[in-house]
Amino acid sequence: MRYALLVLAPPQASAVHRAAIALCEAAIAAGHALPRVFFSDAGTQVALDSTVPPGDEPSAREGWQALARNHGVELIACIGSAVRHGVLDADEAARFERPAATLAEGFTLGGLGLLVEATAAADRALTFGGGAP
Amino acid sequence: MKATLLLMNRAPYAGTLARAGLDAALAYAAFDQSVSVLFAGPGVLQLAPAQEPAAIGRKSLRRLIDSMPLYDLEAVYADSEALDRHGLAEDDLPAFVTVLDPAAQRELQDRHEHLLAF
Repeated sequence: MRYALLVLAPPQASAVHRAAIALCEAAIAAGHALPRVFFSDAGTQVALDSTVPPGDEPSAREGWQALARNHGVELIACIGSAVRHGVLDADEAARFERPAATLAEGFTLGGLGLLVEATAAADRALTFGGGAP
Repeated sequence: MKATLLLMNRAPYAGTLARAGLDAALAYAAFDQSVSVLFAGPGVLQLAPAQEPAAIGRKSLRRLIDSMPLYDLEAVYADSEALDRHGLAEDDLPAFVTVLDPAAQRELQDRHEHLLAF
């Protein structure tokens, strides 16, 4: 089975991120494909390199980065949402004349077409942090 | 092609999630996907007529919704009970929006492979 994930919750909703990461790990461990996670709206803040979570709490950003590192999962932050939340790669920082890039390692900025592509190819699409049905 | 249903569940101007959902819906339509949109819960307020959010520095989501047919996005639905709860009548909605009772919404969900909830 092939999965696609859409994450909308800010990283401060740490239980949502923890659940999403745990689902990814479980799906991959069970032999399913999970090639891409798409972050939109406040979810893009998890790709912000400049946040400092409390030292005694696991960081959602680091959890996602480990998933990308260990399993090659692509982490895409919606570029439209990301720039509004201060998440800039070097190109966007230059374009908007901001002092520094803030995109954390392991994440890439991309358009909504990458969400469309991911769900179109997936057997299951899951939203984390949206309004429940 | 996978049929995707986008559920719009958030009030229009409480945060930015409503706008993110509408942008996603337009992207699915722009990429020629089979996409439907269901407004439910406080999300039906996105359909309210005569929105004037300039006073809070925001753009009207109703105007964005009114543009959906330009993207060939006309499979747009609203939850009848949520409309009642929020004091909206069918006449208030864009003409291309179809009102569905809960049973019809379950059938709508069954016709789609994917549900993305905003």
